[in-house]
Amino acid sequence: MLNQKGYPSPEQVKTKFPDVKILVKPKAIVECYEKIPCNPCSTSCPFKAITIGEDINNIPIVDFDKCTGCGICVYSCPGLAITVCEVLDDKIRFKIPYEFLPFPKQGEIWSAVNRKGEVIGEAYIEKVTLTPRQDKTQLVQVLVDKDLLYEFVTIRSKVYE
Amino acid sequence: MILNRDLVIIGAGPSGLCAAKMAAESGQKVLLIDRNPQLGGQLIKQTHMFFGSEKQYAKTRGIDIAKKLIDDVKNYPDLIEIWDNATVLGLYPDKVLTVLLGETYRKVQAQAIIVATGASEKVLAFENNDLPGIYGAGAVQTLMNVYGVKPGEKIVMVGSGNIGLIVSYQLMQAGVKVLAVIEAAPVIGGYKVHASKLQRLGVDIITSCTIKKALGQDKVESIITTRLNEKWEEIPGTEQEYDVDAVCIAVGLSPLTNLLAMLGCELKYISELGGLVPVLTNDYETTIEGVYACGDASSIEEASSAMVEGYIAGLTASKKLGKVHPDYDDLILDFRKQLEVLRSGPFGEKIRKGLAKLEGVRVGC
Ligand SMILES: Cc1cc2nc3c(=O)[nH]c(=O)nc-3n(C[C@H](O)[C@H](O)[C@H](O)COP(=O)(O)OP(=O)(O)OC[C@H]3O[C@@H](n4cnc5c(N)ncnc54)[C@H](O)[C@@H]3O)c2cc1C
Ligand code: SF4
Ligand code: SF4
Repeated sequence: MLNQKGYPSPEQVKTKFPDVKILVKPKAIVECYEKIPCNPCSTSCPFKAITIGEDINNIPIVDFDKCTGCGICVYSCPGLAITVCEVLDDKIRFKIPYEFLPFPKQGEIWSAVNRKGEVIGEAYIEKVTLTPRQDKTQLVQVLVDKDLLYEFVTIRSKVYE
Repeated sequence: MILNRDLVIIGAGPSGLCAAKMAAESGQKVLLIDRNPQLGGQLIKQTHMFFGSEKQYAKTRGIDIAKKLIDDVKNYPDLIEIWDNATVLGLYPDKVLTVLLGETYRKVQAQAIIVATGASEKVLAFENNDLPGIYGAGAVQTLMNVYGVKPGEKIVMVGSGNIGLIVSYQLMQAGVKVLAVIEAAPVIGGYKVHASKLQRLGVDIITSCTIKKALGQDKVESIITTRLNEKWEEIPGTEQEYDVDAVCIAVGLSPLTNLLAMLGCELKYISELGGLVPVLTNDYETTIEGVYACGDASSIEEASSAMVEGYIAGLTASKKLGKVHPDYDDLILDFRKQLEVLRSGPFGEKIRKGLAKLEGVRVGC
Protein backbone atom coordinates (compact mmCIF):
# COMPACT_ATOMS: atom_id res chain seq x y z
CA MET A 1 0.00 0.00 0.00
CA LEU A 2 2.80 2.35 0.91
CA ASN A 3 4.39 2.11 -2.54
CA GLN A 4 1.14 2.34 -4.52
CA LYS A 5 -0.99 4.60 -2.36
CA GLY A 6 1.35 6.31 0.04
CA TYR A 7 -0.18 5.21 3.32
CA PRO A 8 1.23 2.45 5.53
CA SER A 9 -0.65 -0.75 6.43
CA PRO A 10 -2.02 -1.07 10.00
CA GLU A 11 0.74 -3.64 10.69
CA GLN A 12 3.43 -1.22 9.55
CA VAL A 13 1.98 1.50 11.77
CA LYS A 14 2.11 -0.74 14.83
CA THR A 15 5.84 -1.43 14.33
CA LYS A 16 6.48 2.23 15.11
CA PHE A 17 4.61 2.20 18.45
CA PRO A 18 6.12 1.02 21.73
CA ASP A 19 4.12 -1.07 24.17
CA VAL A 20 1.03 0.81 25.38
CA LYS A 21 2.41 0.78 28.95
CA ILE A 22 5.32 2.94 27.83
CA LEU A 23 2.85 5.45 26.42
CA VAL A 24 1.67 6.57 29.85
CA LYS A 25 4.39 9.13 29.25
CA PRO A 26 4.45 11.06 25.94
CA LYS A 27 6.69 9.45 23.30
CA ALA A 28 7.63 10.24 19.69
CA ILE A 29 6.11 7.98 17.04
CA VAL A 30 8.39 8.29 14.02
CA GLU A 31 6.58 7.07 10.92
CA CYS A 32 9.43 7.00 8.48
CA TYR A 33 9.34 3.68 6.62
CA GLU A 34 11.72 4.23 3.78
CA LYS A 35 15.44 4.85 3.36
CA ILE A 36 15.80 8.48 2.27
CA PRO A 37 18.76 10.86 2.65
CA CYS A 38 17.42 12.82 5.61
CA ASN A 39 18.23 13.26 9.30
CA PRO A 40 16.82 16.40 10.97
CA CYS A 41 14.74 14.30 13.40
CA SER A 42 17.91 12.90 14.85
CA THR A 43 19.97 16.11 14.85
CA SER A 44 17.13 18.20 16.31
CA CYS A 45 16.41 15.99 19.34
CA PRO A 46 17.97 17.58 22.43
CA PHE A 47 17.90 14.23 24.25
CA LYS A 48 19.60 12.21 21.50
CA ALA A 49 16.62 9.87 21.48
CA ILE A 50 16.53 9.35 17.69
CA THR A 51 19.41 7.56 15.98
CA ILE A 52 20.13 7.55 12.27
CA GLY A 53 23.88 7.30 12.28
CA GLU A 54 26.66 8.13 9.84
CA ASP A 55 24.65 7.04 6.78
CA ILE A 56 21.81 9.55 6.65
CA ASN A 57 19.79 7.09 4.54
CA ASN A 58 19.23 4.85 7.55
CA ILE A 59 15.74 4.59 9.01
CA PRO A 60 15.41 6.53 12.29
CA ILE A 61 15.22 4.48 15.50
CA VAL A 62 13.69 5.91 18.66
CA ASP A 63 15.02 5.15 22.12
CA PHE A 64 11.81 5.44 24.14
CA ASP A 65 13.76 5.54 27.40
CA LYS A 66 15.44 8.76 26.34
CA CYS A 67 12.44 10.40 24.62
CA THR A 68 10.69 12.97 26.81
CA GLY A 69 7.90 13.70 24.32
CA CYS A 70 8.99 17.33 24.02
CA GLY A 71 7.81 17.56 20.41
CA ILE A 72 10.81 19.33 18.89
CA CYS A 73 11.29 16.58 16.30
CA VAL A 74 7.61 16.87 15.34
CA TYR A 75 8.06 20.28 13.72
CA SER A 76 11.65 19.62 12.59
CA CYS A 77 10.79 16.70 10.33
CA PRO A 78 10.41 17.87 6.71
CA GLY A 79 8.31 14.78 6.02
CA LEU A 80 5.81 15.69 8.78
CA ALA A 81 6.15 12.03 9.73
CA ILE A 82 6.35 12.37 13.52
CA THR A 83 3.70 12.71 16.22
CA VAL A 84 3.96 12.51 20.00
CA CYS A 85 1.52 10.12 21.64
CA GLU A 86 0.47 9.78 25.29
CA VAL A 87 -2.18 7.41 26.62
CA LEU A 88 -4.28 9.02 29.39
CA ASP A 89 -6.94 7.33 31.53
CA ASP A 90 -9.85 7.97 29.21
CA LYS A 91 -8.33 9.73 26.18
CA ILE A 92 -5.22 9.82 24.04
CA ARG A 93 -3.20 12.96 23.71
CA PHE A 94 -1.34 13.61 20.45
CA LYS A 95 1.00 16.39 19.42
CA ILE A 96 0.91 16.79 15.66
CA PRO A 97 2.43 19.13 13.06
CA TYR A 98 -0.04 21.30 11.13
CA GLU A 99 0.58 23.66 8.18
CA PHE A 100 -2.86 24.79 6.97
CA LEU A 101 -5.27 27.67 7.31
CA PRO A 102 -7.44 28.26 9.22
CA PHE A 103 -5.32 27.77 12.35
CA PRO A 104 -6.94 25.57 14.97
CA LYS A 105 -7.72 27.38 18.24
CA GLN A 106 -7.68 26.11 21.77
CA GLY A 107 -11.06 24.72 22.87
CA GLU A 108 -12.33 23.98 19.35
CA ILE A 109 -13.53 20.60 18.19
CA TRP A 110 -12.08 19.44 14.87
CA SER A 111 -12.43 16.23 12.92
CA ALA A 112 -10.00 13.43 13.68
CA VAL A 113 -8.56 11.99 10.46
CA ASN A 114 -6.78 8.69 9.66
CA ARG A 115 -3.87 7.96 7.33
CA LYS A 116 -6.18 7.59 4.32
CA GLY A 117 -7.70 11.00 4.93
CA GLU A 118 -11.00 9.65 6.30
CA VAL A 119 -12.80 11.26 9.22
CA ILE A 120 -12.83 8.80 12.13
CA GLY A 121 -14.07 10.89 15.04
CA GLU A 122 -13.47 14.14 16.83
CA ALA A 123 -10.40 15.86 18.17
CA TYR A 124 -10.48 18.39 21.01
CA ILE A 125 -7.85 21.10 20.53
CA GLU A 126 -6.00 21.45 23.85
CA LYS A 127 -3.20 23.75 22.84
CA VAL A 128 -1.61 25.32 19.76
CA THR A 129 1.96 26.60 19.70
CA LEU A 130 3.82 28.47 17.02
CA THR A 131 7.15 29.92 18.11
CA PRO A 132 9.70 31.41 15.66
CA ARG A 133 11.80 28.31 16.26
CA GLN A 134 9.04 26.15 14.82
CA ASP A 135 9.48 27.96 11.50
CA LYS A 136 5.78 28.19 10.57
CA THR A 137 4.89 24.58 11.41
CA GLN A 138 2.32 24.64 14.20
CA LEU A 139 2.40 22.11 16.99
CA VAL A 140 -1.17 21.17 17.85
CA GLN A 141 -1.98 19.21 21.00
CA VAL A 142 -5.27 17.29 20.78
CA LEU A 143 -7.31 14.77 22.72
CA VAL A 144 -8.98 11.90 20.87
CA ASP A 145 -10.92 8.79 21.86
CA LYS A 146 -8.97 5.80 23.14
CA ASP A 147 -9.84 3.46 20.30
CA LEU A 148 -8.12 5.78 17.82
CA LEU A 149 -4.61 5.02 19.10
CA TYR A 150 -3.33 3.41 15.89
CA GLU A 151 -5.77 5.24 13.63
CA PHE A 152 -5.49 8.94 14.34
CA VAL A 153 -2.91 10.95 12.45
CA THR A 154 -4.18 14.48 11.79
CA ILE A 155 -7.05 16.94 12.14
CA ARG A 156 -9.32 18.68 9.67
CA SER A 157 -11.41 21.78 10.13
CA LYS A 158 -15.13 21.02 10.24
CA VAL A 159 -15.62 23.95 7.90
CA TYR A 160 -14.42 21.68 5.07
CA GLU A 161 -16.98 18.96 5.50
CA MET B 1 33.59 46.98 -26.26
CA ILE B 2 34.50 43.70 -24.64
CA LEU B 3 34.63 43.45 -20.85
CA ASN B 4 37.29 41.29 -19.25
CA ARG B 5 36.40 39.11 -16.29
CA ASP B 6 38.31 36.24 -14.68
CA LEU B 7 35.69 33.75 -13.51
CA VAL B 8 32.14 34.01 -14.82
CA ILE B 9 29.40 31.92 -13.18
CA ILE B 10 26.20 31.53 -15.18
CA GLY B 11 23.17 30.89 -12.97
CA ALA B 12 22.65 31.96 -9.36
CA GLY B 13 20.65 28.99 -8.10
CA PRO B 14 22.01 27.03 -5.13
CA SER B 15 24.81 25.59 -7.25
CA GLY B 16 26.04 28.88 -8.75
CA LEU B 17 25.74 30.72 -5.42
CA CYS B 18 27.83 28.07 -3.65
CA ALA B 19 30.40 28.12 -6.44
CA ALA B 20 30.67 31.92 -6.10
CA LYS B 21 31.12 31.68 -2.35
CA MET B 22 33.95 29.14 -2.56
CA ALA B 23 35.67 31.12 -5.32
CA ALA B 24 35.52 34.27 -3.20
CA GLU B 25 36.86 32.38 -0.20
CA SER B 26 39.74 31.35 -2.43
CA GLY B 27 40.39 35.02 -3.23
CA GLN B 28 39.06 34.70 -6.78
CA LYS B 29 37.12 37.54 -8.43
CA VAL B 30 33.76 36.44 -9.82
CA LEU B 31 31.07 37.75 -12.12
CA LEU B 32 27.79 36.01 -11.21
CA ILE B 33 25.03 36.26 -13.82
CA ASP B 34 21.35 35.31 -13.52
CA ARG B 35 18.46 35.97 -15.86
CA ASN B 36 15.98 36.46 -13.03
CA PRO B 37 15.61 39.68 -11.06
CA GLN B 38 15.79 37.58 -7.90
CA LEU B 39 18.76 35.30 -7.14
CA GLY B 40 18.23 31.81 -5.75
CA GLY B 41 17.06 29.74 -8.74
CA GLN B 42 14.50 27.07 -7.87
CA LEU B 43 14.82 27.80 -4.17
CA ILE B 44 12.78 31.01 -4.26
CA LYS B 45 9.59 29.01 -4.79
CA GLN B 46 10.28 26.14 -2.39
CA THR B 47 8.18 26.92 0.68
CA HIS B 48 8.66 23.44 2.18
CA MET B 49 11.35 22.21 4.58
CA PHE B 50 14.25 20.53 2.80
CA PHE B 51 15.66 17.06 3.19
CA GLY B 52 19.29 16.11 3.42
CA SER B 53 21.61 16.60 6.34
CA GLU B 54 22.16 19.78 8.27
CA LYS B 55 25.35 20.45 6.30
CA GLN B 56 23.07 21.20 3.36
CA TYR B 57 20.52 23.12 5.47
CA ALA B 58 18.03 20.26 5.89
CA LYS B 59 14.75 21.17 7.68
CA THR B 60 15.13 24.77 6.52
CA ARG B 61 12.56 25.98 4.00
CA GLY B 62 13.94 26.46 0.47
CA ILE B 63 13.11 30.18 0.46
CA ASP B 64 15.19 30.63 3.63
CA ILE B 65 18.09 28.58 2.25
CA ALA B 66 18.11 31.00 -0.70
CA LYS B 67 18.34 33.96 1.69
CA LYS B 68 21.30 32.38 3.50
CA LEU B 69 23.19 31.61 0.30
CA ILE B 70 22.55 35.09 -1.09
CA ASP B 71 23.77 36.66 2.16
CA ASP B 72 26.94 34.54 1.93
CA VAL B 73 27.61 35.89 -1.55
CA LYS B 74 26.84 39.50 -0.61
CA ASN B 75 29.52 39.21 2.08
CA TYR B 76 32.12 39.59 -0.66
CA PRO B 77 31.16 42.84 -2.44
CA ASP B 78 34.76 43.42 -3.54
CA LEU B 79 35.15 40.01 -5.09
CA ILE B 80 31.69 39.05 -6.34
CA GLU B 81 30.04 41.25 -8.95
CA ILE B 82 26.39 40.40 -9.54
CA TRP B 83 24.40 40.92 -12.72
CA ASP B 84 20.74 40.03 -12.23
CA ASN B 85 18.12 40.39 -14.95
CA ALA B 86 20.92 39.30 -17.25
CA THR B 87 20.53 36.43 -19.70
CA VAL B 88 23.54 34.75 -21.22
CA LEU B 89 22.57 34.36 -24.87
CA GLY B 90 25.67 32.77 -26.28
CA LEU B 91 28.98 31.17 -25.38
CA TYR B 92 31.70 31.25 -28.02
CA PRO B 93 35.15 29.71 -28.45
CA ASP B 94 37.85 31.45 -26.43
CA LYS B 95 35.27 31.86 -23.64
CA VAL B 96 33.44 34.90 -24.93
CA LEU B 97 29.90 35.40 -23.60
CA THR B 98 27.13 37.57 -25.00
CA VAL B 99 24.74 38.80 -22.34
CA LEU B 100 21.48 40.72 -22.45
CA LEU B 101 21.78 42.85 -19.32
CA GLY B 102 18.46 44.61 -18.82
CA GLU B 103 18.05 46.32 -22.20
CA THR B 104 21.68 46.33 -23.29
CA TYR B 105 23.93 43.78 -24.92
CA ARG B 106 27.29 43.06 -23.32
CA LYS B 107 30.22 40.99 -24.50
CA VAL B 108 32.41 39.45 -21.84
CA GLN B 109 35.79 37.77 -22.22
CA ALA B 110 36.20 35.22 -19.41
CA GLN B 111 39.24 33.25 -18.28
CA ALA B 112 37.08 30.47 -16.83
CA ILE B 113 33.34 29.76 -16.81
CA ILE B 114 31.10 27.77 -14.52
CA VAL B 115 27.75 26.83 -16.08
CA ALA B 116 25.12 26.37 -13.34
CA THR B 117 22.01 27.02 -15.43
CA GLY B 118 19.80 24.40 -13.78
CA ALA B 119 17.15 22.47 -15.70
CA SER B 120 14.06 22.77 -17.86
CA GLU B 121 10.85 20.82 -17.42
CA LYS B 122 10.00 17.85 -19.59
CA VAL B 123 6.75 18.02 -21.52
CA LEU B 124 4.19 15.29 -21.97
CA ALA B 125 2.47 14.49 -25.26
CA PHE B 126 -1.32 14.07 -25.11
CA GLU B 127 -4.31 15.39 -27.05
CA ASN B 128 -4.91 19.12 -26.46
CA ASN B 129 -1.88 19.49 -24.20
CA ASP B 130 -1.64 23.10 -25.40
CA LEU B 131 -4.97 24.21 -23.88
CA PRO B 132 -4.67 27.13 -21.46
CA GLY B 133 -4.78 25.85 -17.89
CA ILE B 134 -2.25 23.09 -18.51
CA TYR B 135 0.89 24.05 -16.64
CA GLY B 136 4.31 22.70 -15.80
CA ALA B 137 4.98 22.28 -12.09
CA GLY B 138 7.53 25.09 -12.16
CA ALA B 139 4.97 27.56 -13.48
CA VAL B 140 2.41 26.51 -10.86
CA GLN B 141 4.95 27.01 -8.10
CA THR B 142 6.08 30.37 -9.44
CA LEU B 143 2.48 31.60 -9.69
CA MET B 144 1.57 30.43 -6.19
CA ASN B 145 4.69 30.96 -4.17
CA VAL B 146 6.38 33.90 -5.87
CA TYR B 147 3.35 35.91 -7.05
CA GLY B 148 0.59 34.63 -4.75
CA VAL B 149 -1.74 33.68 -7.61
CA LYS B 150 -3.85 30.51 -7.56
CA PRO B 151 -3.40 28.57 -10.83
CA GLY B 152 -6.94 27.16 -10.60
CA GLU B 153 -9.55 25.81 -8.22
CA LYS B 154 -9.65 22.13 -9.18
CA ILE B 155 -6.52 20.46 -10.45
CA VAL B 156 -5.10 17.05 -11.33
CA MET B 157 -1.37 16.46 -10.84
CA VAL B 158 0.39 14.30 -13.40
CA GLY B 159 3.51 12.72 -11.90
CA SER B 160 4.25 11.41 -8.41
CA GLY B 161 7.93 12.24 -8.12
CA ASN B 162 8.94 14.50 -5.25
CA ILE B 163 8.09 17.59 -7.30
CA GLY B 164 4.57 16.36 -8.10
CA LEU B 165 3.95 15.37 -4.47
CA ILE B 166 5.37 18.55 -2.95
CA VAL B 167 3.61 20.89 -5.37
CA SER B 168 0.32 19.03 -4.72
CA TYR B 169 0.75 19.66 -0.99
CA GLN B 170 1.50 23.33 -1.64
CA LEU B 171 -1.58 23.59 -3.88
CA MET B 172 -3.72 22.22 -1.05
CA GLN B 173 -2.09 24.75 1.31
CA ALA B 174 -3.08 27.49 -1.12
CA GLY B 175 -6.67 26.27 -1.01
CA VAL B 176 -6.67 24.60 -4.44
CA LYS B 177 -8.45 21.24 -4.53
CA VAL B 178 -6.15 18.50 -5.86
CA LEU B 179 -8.54 15.85 -7.21
CA ALA B 180 -5.85 13.22 -7.76
CA VAL B 181 -2.19 12.62 -8.37
CA ILE B 182 -1.75 10.20 -11.25
CA GLU B 183 1.41 8.25 -12.00
CA ALA B 184 2.16 6.08 -15.03
CA ALA B 185 4.60 3.82 -13.19
CA PRO B 186 3.25 1.05 -10.93
CA VAL B 187 4.76 2.68 -7.82
CA ILE B 188 4.96 6.19 -6.40
CA GLY B 189 8.11 7.95 -7.58
CA GLY B 190 8.87 10.29 -4.71
CA TYR B 191 9.44 9.88 -0.99
CA LYS B 192 6.61 8.07 0.78
CA VAL B 193 6.56 10.64 3.59
CA HIS B 194 5.43 13.22 1.00
CA ALA B 195 2.82 10.79 -0.34
CA SER B 196 1.53 10.10 3.18
CA LYS B 197 1.06 13.84 3.77
CA LEU B 198 -1.26 13.96 0.74
CA GLN B 199 -3.24 10.83 1.62
CA ARG B 200 -3.93 12.33 5.04
CA LEU B 201 -5.44 15.33 3.28
CA GLY B 202 -7.67 12.99 1.31
CA VAL B 203 -5.79 13.36 -1.98
CA ASP B 204 -5.85 10.08 -3.86
CA ILE B 205 -2.71 8.84 -5.58
CA ILE B 206 -3.38 6.55 -8.54
CA THR B 207 -0.48 4.54 -9.94
CA SER B 208 -0.41 2.81 -13.37
CA CYS B 209 -2.50 5.69 -14.69
CA THR B 210 -1.88 8.41 -17.25
CA ILE B 211 -3.60 11.34 -18.91
CA LYS B 212 -5.13 10.53 -22.28
CA LYS B 213 -6.53 13.84 -23.35
CA ALA B 214 -7.71 17.21 -22.22
CA LEU B 215 -11.10 18.64 -23.21
CA GLY B 216 -12.33 22.20 -23.41
CA GLN B 217 -13.02 25.08 -25.78
CA ASP B 218 -10.83 28.01 -24.85
CA LYS B 219 -9.30 26.44 -21.78
CA VAL B 220 -9.13 23.06 -20.12
CA GLU B 221 -12.50 22.01 -18.69
CA SER B 222 -11.93 18.32 -18.06
CA ILE B 223 -9.44 15.54 -18.65
CA ILE B 224 -9.68 11.84 -19.45
CA THR B 225 -7.30 9.46 -17.71
CA THR B 226 -6.68 5.80 -18.40
CA ARG B 227 -5.08 2.95 -16.46
CA LEU B 228 -2.00 1.17 -17.80
CA ASN B 229 -1.01 -2.51 -17.68
CA GLU B 230 2.48 -3.87 -16.85
CA LYS B 231 3.54 -3.18 -20.43
CA TRP B 232 2.43 0.43 -20.06
CA GLU B 233 -0.42 -0.15 -22.54
CA GLU B 234 -3.78 1.50 -22.03
CA ILE B 235 -6.41 -0.78 -20.50
CA PRO B 236 -9.64 -0.23 -22.47
CA GLY B 237 -12.68 0.70 -20.40
CA THR B 238 -10.69 2.23 -17.55
CA GLU B 239 -11.08 5.81 -18.74
CA GLN B 240 -12.14 8.30 -16.12
CA GLU B 241 -13.15 11.93 -16.54
CA TYR B 242 -12.22 14.67 -14.09
CA ASP B 243 -13.73 18.16 -14.21
CA VAL B 244 -10.78 20.49 -13.73
CA ASP B 245 -9.80 24.04 -14.49
CA ALA B 246 -6.10 23.29 -14.38
CA VAL B 247 -3.68 20.41 -14.89
CA CYS B 248 -0.17 20.33 -13.54
CA ILE B 249 2.49 18.30 -15.34
CA ALA B 250 5.42 17.13 -13.22
CA VAL B 251 7.11 14.42 -15.24
CA GLY B 252 10.73 15.31 -14.75
CA LEU B 253 13.48 17.73 -15.67
CA SER B 254 16.29 17.82 -18.21
CA PRO B 255 19.60 19.63 -17.72
CA LEU B 256 19.85 23.01 -19.49
CA THR B 257 22.95 22.32 -21.52
CA ASN B 258 22.36 24.45 -24.62
CA LEU B 259 25.13 26.91 -23.72
CA LEU B 260 27.56 24.03 -23.19
CA ALA B 261 26.52 22.55 -26.53
CA MET B 262 27.10 25.89 -28.24
CA LEU B 263 30.66 25.93 -26.91
CA GLY B 264 31.26 22.44 -28.20
CA CYS B 265 31.57 20.64 -24.85
CA GLU B 266 31.06 16.93 -25.25
CA LEU B 267 27.56 15.87 -24.14
CA LYS B 268 26.23 12.39 -23.60
CA TYR B 269 22.67 11.12 -23.34
CA ILE B 270 22.21 9.43 -19.97
CA SER B 271 18.57 8.94 -19.06
CA GLU B 272 19.31 8.37 -15.35
CA LEU B 273 20.79 11.87 -15.15
CA GLY B 274 17.89 13.51 -16.99
CA GLY B 275 19.01 13.47 -20.64
CA LEU B 276 21.94 15.14 -22.39
CA VAL B 277 24.63 15.86 -19.81
CA PRO B 278 28.16 17.20 -20.10
CA VAL B 279 31.08 14.81 -19.82
CA LEU B 280 32.96 16.00 -16.73
CA THR B 281 36.20 15.33 -14.89
CA ASN B 282 36.26 14.75 -11.14
CA ASP B 283 36.84 18.49 -10.84
CA TYR B 284 33.59 19.25 -12.71
CA GLU B 285 35.52 20.50 -15.73
CA THR B 286 33.95 19.81 -19.13
CA THR B 287 35.89 18.60 -22.16
CA ILE B 288 36.81 22.24 -22.80
CA GLU B 289 39.54 23.42 -20.48
CA GLY B 290 38.45 26.12 -18.03
CA VAL B 291 34.73 25.48 -18.58
CA TYR B 292 32.92 23.82 -15.67
CA ALA B 293 29.35 22.62 -15.04
CA CYS B 294 27.55 21.78 -11.81
CA GLY B 295 24.12 21.36 -10.25
CA ASP B 296 21.05 20.39 -12.25
CA ALA B 297 22.83 21.56 -15.42
CA SER B 298 25.19 18.61 -15.08
CA SER B 299 22.70 16.01 -13.79
CA ILE B 300 19.21 16.21 -12.28
CA GLU B 301 19.49 15.64 -8.58
CA GLU B 302 18.66 17.74 -5.54
CA ALA B 303 19.52 21.16 -4.19
CA SER B 304 21.65 19.45 -1.56
CA SER B 305 23.95 17.87 -4.15
CA ALA B 306 23.75 20.96 -6.40
CA MET B 307 25.19 23.05 -3.56
CA VAL B 308 28.01 20.62 -2.84
CA GLU B 309 28.89 20.33 -6.53
CA GLY B 310 28.90 24.12 -6.72
CA TYR B 311 31.34 24.31 -3.82
CA ILE B 312 33.67 21.87 -5.58
CA ALA B 313 33.47 23.66 -8.95
CA GLY B 314 34.13 27.00 -7.23
CA LEU B 315 37.25 25.59 -5.62
CA THR B 316 38.62 23.81 -8.68
CA ALA B 317 37.93 26.63 -11.14
CA SER B 318 39.65 29.13 -8.82
CA LYS B 319 42.63 26.82 -8.48
CA LYS B 320 42.91 26.68 -12.24
CA LEU B 321 43.12 30.47 -12.25
CA GLY B 322 45.87 30.37 -9.61
CA LYS B 323 43.80 31.09 -6.50
CA VAL B 324 43.97 28.15 -4.14
CA HIS B 325 41.72 28.06 -1.08
CA PRO B 326 43.81 27.78 2.13
CA ASP B 327 41.88 24.60 3.08
CA TYR B 328 41.57 23.30 -0.47
CA ASP B 329 42.48 19.66 0.14
CA ASP B 330 40.37 19.21 3.28
CA LEU B 331 37.36 20.91 1.74
CA ILE B 332 37.47 18.89 -1.48
CA LEU B 333 37.71 15.71 0.54
CA ASP B 334 34.78 16.69 2.76
CA PHE B 335 32.57 17.73 -0.18
CA ARG B 336 33.23 14.53 -2.11
CA LYS B 337 32.34 12.57 1.02
CA GLN B 338 29.09 14.56 1.41
CA LEU B 339 28.10 13.72 -2.17
CA GLU B 340 28.84 10.07 -1.59
CA VAL B 341 26.63 10.01 1.52
CA LEU B 342 23.78 11.86 -0.21
CA ARG B 343 23.83 9.36 -3.07
CA SER B 344 24.34 6.20 -1.03
CA GLY B 345 20.72 5.15 -0.34
CA PRO B 346 18.15 3.47 -2.60
CA PHE B 347 17.02 6.86 -3.94
CA GLY B 348 20.62 7.56 -5.01
CA GLU B 349 20.79 4.39 -7.07
CA LYS B 350 19.65 6.03 -10.29
CA ILE B 351 22.27 8.76 -9.93
CA ARG B 352 24.98 6.23 -9.09
CA LYS B 353 24.11 4.23 -12.21
CA GLY B 354 24.07 7.34 -14.39
CA LEU B 355 27.36 8.60 -13.03
CA ALA B 356 28.93 5.18 -13.58
CA LYS B 357 27.88 5.35 -17.24
CA LEU B 358 29.36 8.81 -17.51
CA GLU B 359 32.54 7.59 -15.82
CA GLY B 360 33.02 5.25 -18.76
CA VAL B 361 33.39 8.19 -21.15
CA ARG B 362 35.14 10.58 -18.79
CA VAL B 363 38.35 12.23 -19.81
CA GLY B 364 41.35 13.36 -17.87
CA CYS B 365 40.87 11.36 -14.69
C1 LIG C 1 8.96 21.33 -6.28
C2 LIG C 1 10.41 21.09 -6.03
C3 LIG C 1 10.80 20.61 -4.79
C4 LIG C 1 12.14 20.38 -4.51
N1 LIG C 1 12.47 19.93 -3.25
C5 LIG C 1 13.77 19.72 -2.93
C6 LIG C 1 14.14 19.29 -1.61
O1 LIG C 1 13.30 19.10 -0.70
N2 LIG C 1 15.45 19.07 -1.35
C7 LIG C 1 16.41 19.27 -2.30
O2 LIG C 1 17.60 19.09 -2.00
N3 LIG C 1 16.08 19.68 -3.56
C8 LIG C 1 14.79 19.91 -3.91
N4 LIG C 1 14.45 20.32 -5.18
C9 LIG C 1 15.48 20.38 -6.23
C10 LIG C 1 16.25 21.68 -6.27
O3 LIG C 1 15.40 22.79 -6.26
C11 LIG C 1 17.17 21.73 -7.49
O4 LIG C 1 17.89 20.53 -7.59
C12 LIG C 1 18.16 22.86 -7.39
O5 LIG C 1 17.50 24.11 -7.36
C13 LIG C 1 19.17 22.86 -8.53
O6 LIG C 1 20.05 23.95 -8.35
P1 LIG C 1 20.83 24.63 -9.56
O7 LIG C 1 21.57 25.77 -8.95
O8 LIG C 1 21.59 23.60 -10.27
O9 LIG C 1 19.71 25.13 -10.56
P2 LIG C 1 18.52 26.20 -10.40
O10 LIG C 1 18.06 26.32 -9.02
O11 LIG C 1 17.54 25.83 -11.44
O12 LIG C 1 19.21 27.57 -10.81
C14 LIG C 1 19.62 27.85 -12.13
C15 LIG C 1 19.70 29.35 -12.32
O13 LIG C 1 20.30 29.63 -13.58
C16 LIG C 1 19.65 30.71 -14.19
N5 LIG C 1 19.87 30.63 -15.64
C17 LIG C 1 19.56 29.59 -16.47
N6 LIG C 1 19.93 29.87 -17.74
C18 LIG C 1 20.49 31.10 -17.72
C19 LIG C 1 21.06 31.95 -18.72
N7 LIG C 1 21.15 31.56 -20.00
N8 LIG C 1 21.54 33.16 -18.35
C20 LIG C 1 21.46 33.55 -17.04
N9 LIG C 1 20.94 32.80 -16.07
C21 LIG C 1 20.46 31.58 -16.40
C22 LIG C 1 18.21 30.56 -13.78
O14 LIG C 1 17.52 31.79 -13.82
C23 LIG C 1 18.33 30.02 -12.35
O15 LIG C 1 18.29 31.05 -11.39
C24 LIG C 1 13.11 20.59 -5.51
C25 LIG C 1 12.73 21.07 -6.77
C26 LIG C 1 11.40 21.33 -7.04
C27 LIG C 1 11.02 21.87 -8.40
S1 SF4 D 1 9.81 14.18 21.28
FE1 SF4 D 1 11.57 15.36 21.98
S2 SF4 D 1 12.76 13.89 23.13
FE2 SF4 D 1 11.33 12.69 21.96
S3 SF4 D 1 12.45 12.16 20.11
FE3 SF4 D 1 11.33 14.04 19.67
S4 SF4 D 1 12.77 15.69 20.10
FE4 SF4 D 1 13.56 13.83 21.07
S1 SF4 E 1 13.34 13.99 9.67
FE1 SF4 E 1 11.39 12.98 9.23
S2 SF4 E 1 11.52 12.37 7.08
FE2 SF4 E 1 13.61 12.86 7.76
S3 SF4 E 1 14.45 10.87 8.41
FE3 SF4 E 1 13.58 11.85 10.23
S4 SF4 E 1 11.49 11.08 10.36
FE4 SF4 E 1 12.22 10.62 8.29
